[in-house]
Amino acid sequence: MGLLDQQFKDENIVITSVEDLLNWARLSSLWQMGFGLACCAIEMMATSASHYDFDRFGVIPRPSPRQSDVIIISGTVTLKMATRIKRLYEQMPDPKYVISMGSCSNCGGPYWEHGYHVLKGVDRVIPVDVYVPGCPPRPEALLEGLLKLQEKIRNESLVKKPA
Amino acid sequence: MKTTEEIFIIIKQKFNDDILNHVKGQPVEEYIEAKPAAIDQICLYLRNTEDLMFDNLMNLSAVDDFNGHKIKDESGKEIMSGGTLSVFYHLESMKLNQKVTLKISTNRDNPEVNSVDPVWHSANWHEREAFDLFGIKFLNHPDLSRILMPYDWEFGYPLRKDYENPEFYHGMKVPY
Repeated sequence: MGLLDQQFKDENIVITSVEDLLNWARLSSLWQMGFGLACCAIEMMATSASHYDFDRFGVIPRPSPRQSDVIIISGTVTLKMATRIKRLYEQMPDPKYVISMGSCSNCGGPYWEHGYHVLKGVDRVIPVDVYVPGCPPRPEALLEGLLKLQEKIRNESLVKKPA
Repeated sequence: MKTTEEIFIIIKQKFNDDILNHVKGQPVEEYIEAKPAAIDQICLYLRNTEDLMFDNLMNLSAVDDFNGHKIKDESGKEIMSGGTLSVFYHLESMKLNQKVTLKISTNRDNPEVNSVDPVWHSANWHEREAFDLFGIKFLNHPDLSRILMPYDWEFGYPLRKDYENPEFYHGMKVPY
């Protein structure tokens, strides 16, 4: 948040750069795609519910990829699902972000060796911004992942491409 | 409520050669072995007969017995030739509160079994799963297509013991 806190003391004018304003706007209303794959989705739903309240960071589940800014890959990505995840990601408008939640979507998790049906990490089909470890991660861990993503967006630049 | 022994005697009288034996004394629950050719007729009889009335197919599962002989294919990979695949039918009568398990074994190289979908519609997806993972063809099944693996999966049947995963699927690397 930060940007406008305690800024209205003297005058009714705030001076900032376009870059900071855009980044602030983006990171403050990350609409997530309403999309869950496995047990991680239960934790994701718990994070959205009143106790952990994802909404206070501006995260609202949207029913369509075309209205979403971030997709949280919450669960086991099977080979059958991987092609569909790629399609959904491509349907999201730029700028778009990916949080990989849990061991399965990070690296295959418990299916890494004998899972004939599991993609060993969602980063094999779409680029991932933040990896949240855990099996499944607790809501606090997912919140931490979201804060990391916000930090990343805060430091984005219109001019310089990220390395 | 009838025991497996009593059910075995009843269907042995009716189907004679198609019923093989009654297996008990193993760590698993006792079961009746039958020949695959008449399994749909046996199941229909088990469902319709007055004092059997097996109205519920609880589960249908398959096992790769892996009891053939190992050979090398053209690429030098070791595969299994011959042997059997088994299908288990777990039946329950909700009216008479009794249960029975049937087992049939079919040829592993060309596994063909009559579908019991006309007897219990709950067999539909179970048989599709057995087809998907073991490659057992259920004859007269209304829609025998893959149910868990992708429809275009062409790398074999994953739960067969000589199955090997492909390197790539649609450009995605499969091994770790």
